[in-house]
Amino acid sequence: MALIAVFLVFPAVWTLYLGITDYRLTGRAAKAPRTVGLANYTDALTDPRFHNALVLTLLFVFGSAIVGQTVLGFTLAWTLRSARGWLRGVVETLVLLAWILPSSVVAFLWIAFLARDGGTLNLLLGTPGTAWLVDHPMASIIVFNTWRGTAFSLLLFGAALGAVPPSQLETARLAGASVLAQLRDVVFPHIRGHLLTNTLLITLWTFNDFTPYLITAGGPNQRSETLPVYIYNVAIYDGQLGFGSAISLIMLLINLVIALFYLRLLRERRS
Amino acid sequence: MNGPWTVRRALGRIGFYTFVAVVTAFFALPMLWLAATPFDATPGLTPSVPDLTLKNFRALRNNPYALGSLWNSVLLAAGTAALAVLCGALAAYSLSRVRIPGRDALLYLLLLLSSIVTGTAAMVPLFLLIFQLNLIDSRTGVVLVLTGGLLPAAIFILKDFMDGMPKSYEESARVFGASPLRILRDVVVPVVRPGLATIAVWAVVNVWGNFLIPFILLLDPDKQPAAVVMRTFYTEGGAPNLALISTFSLVYSIPVVVMYLFVNRRYGFRFYGGIKG
Repeated sequence: MALIAVFLVFPAVWTLYLGITDYRLTGRAAKAPRTVGLANYTDALTDPRFHNALVLTLLFVFGSAIVGQTVLGFTLAWTLRSARGWLRGVVETLVLLAWILPSSVVAFLWIAFLARDGGTLNLLLGTPGTAWLVDHPMASIIVFNTWRGTAFSLLLFGAALGAVPPSQLETARLAGASVLAQLRDVVFPHIRGHLLTNTLLITLWTFNDFTPYLITAGGPNQRSETLPVYIYNVAIYDGQLGFGSAISLIMLLINLVIALFYLRLLRERRS
Repeated sequence: MNGPWTVRRALGRIGFYTFVAVVTAFFALPMLWLAATPFDATPGLTPSVPDLTLKNFRALRNNPYALGSLWNSVLLAAGTAALAVLCGALAAYSLSRVRIPGRDALLYLLLLLSSIVTGTAAMVPLFLLIFQLNLIDSRTGVVLVLTGGLLPAAIFILKDFMDGMPKSYEESARVFGASPLRILRDVVVPVVRPGLATIAVWAVVNVWGNFLIPFILLLDPDKQPAAVVMRTFYTEGGAPNLALISTFSLVYSIPVVVMYLFVNRRYGFRFYGGIKG
C-alpha cells in the first residue's frame, strides 16, 4: 500500500512540478534580474517583429496544415480508397516516408531540392538561378510542411472513410448524386469528428513546429520567422531570456486554448 | 446512353492517374537525392543515375563527429526510452488499480500539459531550468527533459493497457503472498508487454529525430546527437561536404525506417493513430 501511494504521488508531483516550474520560471525570468513588471509583455505585444512572427505563423498554419495537409490528405484518402493494392502501397509508403525521416535530413533534402544552382526543382521547371528560399521563403516552408505532414491526415481520413457504410454511398450514386454532393451529404456527417480532431491536432503541431528553422532559420530578414523560430532567435541566440519567456507564455496560452478546445471535444465524443 | 458514360469514365481514369502521378512525383522528388547521392562517385546537389561506388562512406569515418554523434543519439534514445517505460509503467499501474477522487481529472491535466508544454513553447523555461540545475551540456539533462515531455502520453496509453488486464491474475498472485513490486514484475509486465514495447519504440523514434532540445541544451560537439551535428555539416565552413551529408543522412535515417516497418507489421497504425488520434 505504501508503495502504491508512492506510485500515485509520483505522477501527481510530476504534474505539479511541470506546471509550477514552467509558470514560476517564466514569471520569475520575466521579472529577474531587475523587476520590470509587465514591461516584457507590453513590449512583446507592441513589438513589430512579434506581430510579423504571429502573422507568419498564422499563414504557416493556415497554408500548410489547414489547407495543405488536410486537403491533400483527404483527397488522397478519397481517391486511393478504391485503388489497386500496389498503387496504394507505393503512394502511402512515399507519403509516410516523408513523415518519419528525421527533420534534419528532410531539411537538407529540401535545401538541395530548392537549391539555386543544380537544385532539382529549377532543373525540372527550367528556371536556373531561382533562389526559392531567398525569393519565396514562406511559400517554400508552407509547401515543405505540406509535404512533411500530409501522412497523418491521410492515415486518419483513410481510417475514417473505411467506416462510411458503402451501401449509403452506393444509394447516393444510383440516385445520381454528384461526387461533391456525395461528399457533402453522405461522407461528411460520418467523418465530422475525425475532421475536427485532425484539424486541431495538426494546428497544434504546426503552430509549434521548429523545422522551418532548419531550412531558412527565419531569414532572409525575418521573412519566414514563425513564432518558435522568433523565440529561439530572441531568447537563446540573442540571450534576451526575460523577453523570450514573455513571448513563450503568450505562446503557451494560445496552445492552451487550442488544447482545451480539443480535450472538450474528446470528452464529448467519449460520453 | 452508353457513349457518354464511357467517355466520362475514361476522363475520370485519366484524371485519377494524373493526380496520383503528380502526387507521387511531389513526394518522391525531394527524396531521390537521398537514394542516389550516397552511392554517386561525384556527389552533387542534383540527383543523377549514380556511378556506383561505396567510397563516400569513407567520409563518415574521416569526420571526427559523425560516428560519435550517432552513438550519442543511441545513448539519448535508449536512456529516454528506458526511463519513460519504467516511470510510465509504475505510474500507469498505480493509477489503473487505485480509485482516488479526481483520478480522471489528473490524467486529463497531464495530457493537457503534455500537449501545450511542447519543446518550442517551453524552450526558454526548460533552458533556464536546466541551466539552474547545472545540467547544461549534460546528456542526463536532455534525457530528463525528453522523458518529461513523453511521460504524460506514455502514462495515458499504458493505463489503457493495464485497465484491460483482468484483476484476478494479480489477486491469485497476492494469495500466494507476492509483494506489489513482484506482482508488477512477474504478472503485469508480461501481460502488457506490447504496450511497453509501443512506448519504447515511440520514445526512440521521437528522440532520434528531435533537434531542438539537444540543440539548445548541448554545446559540446562531442556530446551532440546526429540531428544536431548534421546541421553543422551544411551551415558552417563554406561548401557543404556532399559525400559526408548524403551518407550520414542515409545511415541516420535507416534506424527509424526499420523501426517503423517493424512496428507497422506488428501493431499496425495504432502506433501513431492511437497515441494522438
